[in-house]
Amino acid sequence: MKWKSLAATMMLAALPFTAQAVEPDEILDDPALEARAREISKDLRCVVCQNQDIDSSNAGVARDLRLLVRERLVAGDTDAEVMEFVRARYGDYVLLKPPFKLETYALWLAPALLLLFGAGTVIVVLRSSRARSVADKLSDDDERMVAEILTAENEVSS
Amino acid sequence: MKRAIATLPILIALVFGAFFLWGLNPDRDPNAIPSVLISQPAPDFDLPAVESIGVPGLSREDLFGNSDPVVVNVFASWCVPCRAEHAVLTRMVERDGVRLFGINYKDKPEDARAWLQNLGNPYERIGSDLSGRAGIEWGISGVPETFIVAGDDTVLYRYVGPVVGAEAEEKFATALAQARTRNGGNS
Amino acid sequence: MFPEIGQFALALALGTALVQSVLPMLGAARGNSLWMRSARSSSIAQLVFIGIAFAALMRSFVVSDFTVRNVYENSHSLKPMLFKIAGTWGSHEGSLLLWVLILAAFGAGVALFGSNIPVALKARTLSVQAWISTGFLSFLLLTSNPFERVFPPPLDGNDLNPLLQDVGLAMHPPLLYFGYVGFSIVFSFAVAALIEGRIDAAWARWVRPWTLAAWMSLTAGIALGSWWAYYELGWGGWWFWDPVENVSFMPWLLGTALLHSAIVTEKRDAFKSWTILLAILTFSLSLLGTFIVRSGLLTSVHAFAVDPERGLYILGLLGVSIGGSLTLYAWRAPAMEGGGLFTPVSREAGLLINNLLLTTATGTVLFGTLYPLFTEALSGDKVSVGPPFFNATFIPMMLPLVVMMGIGPFLSWKRADLKGVFQRLRFIAVLAGLAGLATWYVARGGPALAYLSVAIAVWLLLATMREWAVRIKLLDVPLTEAIRRARNLPRAAHGMTLAHAGLAIAMLGFIGSSAWKSEEIVFVQPGSVIEIADFDVRFDDVERVRGPNYIADRGTLTVSREGEFVTTLYPERRSYPVAQSTTTESAIRSTLAGDLYASLAEPASETAAEQGAWTLRILYEPLVNFIWIGSAMLVLGGGLSLSDRRLRVGAPRRASRSTPVATPAE
Repeated sequence: MKWKSLAATMMLAALPFTAQAVEPDEILDDPALEARAREISKDLRCVVCQNQDIDSSNAGVARDLRLLVRERLVAGDTDAEVMEFVRARYGDYVLLKPPFKLETYALWLAPALLLLFGAGTVIVVLRSSRARSVADKLSDDDERMVAEILTAENEVSS
Repeated sequence: MKRAIATLPILIALVFGAFFLWGLNPDRDPNAIPSVLISQPAPDFDLPAVESIGVPGLSREDLFGNSDPVVVNVFASWCVPCRAEHAVLTRMVERDGVRLFGINYKDKPEDARAWLQNLGNPYERIGSDLSGRAGIEWGISGVPETFIVAGDDTVLYRYVGPVVGAEAEEKFATALAQARTRNGGNS
Repeated sequence: MFPEIGQFALALALGTALVQSVLPMLGAARGNSLWMRSARSSSIAQLVFIGIAFAALMRSFVVSDFTVRNVYENSHSLKPMLFKIAGTWGSHEGSLLLWVLILAAFGAGVALFGSNIPVALKARTLSVQAWISTGFLSFLLLTSNPFERVFPPPLDGNDLNPLLQDVGLAMHPPLLYFGYVGFSIVFSFAVAALIEGRIDAAWARWVRPWTLAAWMSLTAGIALGSWWAYYELGWGGWWFWDPVENVSFMPWLLGTALLHSAIVTEKRDAFKSWTILLAILTFSLSLLGTFIVRSGLLTSVHAFAVDPERGLYILGLLGVSIGGSLTLYAWRAPAMEGGGLFTPVSREAGLLINNLLLTTATGTVLFGTLYPLFTEALSGDKVSVGPPFFNATFIPMMLPLVVMMGIGPFLSWKRADLKGVFQRLRFIAVLAGLAGLATWYVARGGPALAYLSVAIAVWLLLATMREWAVRIKLLDVPLTEAIRRARNLPRAAHGMTLAHAGLAIAMLGFIGSSAWKSEEIVFVQPGSVIEIADFDVRFDDVERVRGPNYIADRGTLTVSREGEFVTTLYPERRSYPVAQSTTTESAIRSTLAGDLYASLAEPASETAAEQGAWTLRILYEPLVNFIWIGSAMLVLGGGLSLSDRRLRVGAPRRASRSTPVATPAE
């Protein structure tokens, strides 16, 4: 484990070019195409970095991938085709937005399910509260009286 | 009902805990990325030779129709760990008769030439990947990386990082031995 | 000598914590008031001992005592004094020491200022706090001793990661820890209440100030961290949904839910078992954060030196504390009586929806953060869950919450008049819609979601102000009367107004800087001019300057607008020879309307480099400062609320039961 991370550090240190992310010479002349390239790059994960997209990474491989993305776009690929091109070589790991498939159903459905479960619980709680409040109907006046006394007390004491 | 709901948090926490325990397994490397190439045919690539180096370039065709599995090593002269790995690879070739192909990744030809003249050239073929595009086809994440490719150009194994040190070398040797028996069974 | 004193003090603290874990708890069970009262002195003693240890470590850093391994690994004699001091908490060991120091500080705080808390509850709470203390002190001493010596002593240190040598970041961990360790005392209160089997409105009132204090710090800590990322990483981004950011954000989200549900418990004696659960979970998420950051379980850009064995130890601590408390919860919570009753349209119901959304959002972030681990364990496949996922799920949950925030404060307890509320807010809804349209008219670009979000943020801002105005009857009564009313209004009410308005403002910042950011990346040579957002930026030259422990290339940029000089910017690229790394120091011209942001790099292209060109990134980030202003308002709002005399720590008053139906909401 230790050796591995050491090796990883050495590899990173050994990369030939260190650049600061997107470089001027990478930028496409067509602004619309360039904008698409930037969006795609933001959804692709840099494979040598800890947890970064290739758009903001300064690793050499990230630069290569940025160039590749632009090359594919110039060649006329759709965004989805470019994504698929990279995914075919590096696997699902590079997609920062995980695809909706068997393995990620749970991930994508979790927020909705959580919300539904929560909402269900809330409704149950509200129902039981209402049921009890009907049962307690008679005590409403009492409660108001108690409350008035308490407010009066509070005003005296403060 | 109330009790069931109150018990839910601890149950969820226990499930999470089990995953954490699994995740702490010291053999697990959270940074490792599985290769999509394993059990797939080698990617399409065609690299020219490094100029005046004496060995030919490398393309996908060269990986097809070999009787034994071959080793494809991605290296560069600027890569410090590659230097240590070079000795291991040379030994594999000389002692074990491994057929070794190289992909010279993003390296200036003159630097690569000097490096190989200095250390010796164990590679049977070397493709010069100046742009790094073949590297992307192979899905590499850094240098060095080493692949074992079966005679029918199926990629069998990938090692990320230098094959250096007893543990790594043994791992690699095991994979190579397995590849050889697989190949033997096929032919 | 001093490091040994520090280590000895830690051992004494551990001993004290052990006694405190048992004695007051037993005392509370047997009614022995002497044993119960021992919690007070032992809490203070723990703070003193850990304080001594912390001071000893800090001294080692200040005098650059490289015989201490921790100093050698994380400091350098040439480092500026501020960063030597900050180095104390720059490493795993040191930051853990800070962690236990804050733990002890909260314990001692309750011991010293909690004179209104019944003696048995206080004794139990402090005992529970000591359990946590015992766990972490033994972890510190057994696996992460900050005072370990090296022999032979090295001549100089390895220096701290230069990215971290920054004022904002030096202050970031203390604030963050104060926040997320602060939730420990709330956890302890909750566990103590479960052990006692009793929880009432008074309990919620005792716990509230501590929750607020922790929440304020956490808010400030997170804001400071994202501010740091904004100006230091050279990217102009302030939030990346990185696992390490997420683990500090989750306790904040849940802590915010807790803050609101505790109000219901306090005023209406309802949501009791839910409030307790939130108190336990909020601190559990803090612990989870500590675990994830230090165990290397997930890949992250931040994270300490990774060691699975330490991870195992912390996991054990998590198992005992989270597992124990949740088991206790499963056992005791069902017996808790639900309190005050309310209808589906009421303040309570509104806060319930607030809690539902905040909890779901927390759950989503948690699930998304850990999902890669789940799939890896189950199928061996690695997936990545990145910003696109979080943005796609988190934002749709937050928008309705913010809409609700505008309405909630208008609702009265028990039963609210929704029609009346809508009448009051109709006009504001129209204004908010117009604000969205106006933004569209001016900006014309960017996603539709941005315009909707602007409308919602403006809605929240105006509705919050309207609610405040209604309360003091602004414009309905003479101004002097309104001012008198404002003075009499509880500070907690002002606090809420300020905090809610702060969120609205921060939201405008989030939207502005993400939807309408413009960016230019170019090769420049002296004399090049770049146009961005009606500024002309001229690149004059680069000179080499020398700092205490770095060498920098400093660019000079002259900024003008329509021919008039605006300012000069000096972005730097620093290289730190000892730490062998480089950082970009961006130069920013900040105004309320937006930031002009410049950072400099060496070009990757060899041809460009040969011509002596530089890579210049210039960003214009509209409204970005609203984020920090809004965050400051959140913190100040919390502070105002904390200073409310009804909450003042030590005010010996039993909470009043319910407020009458007719009383306006507060």
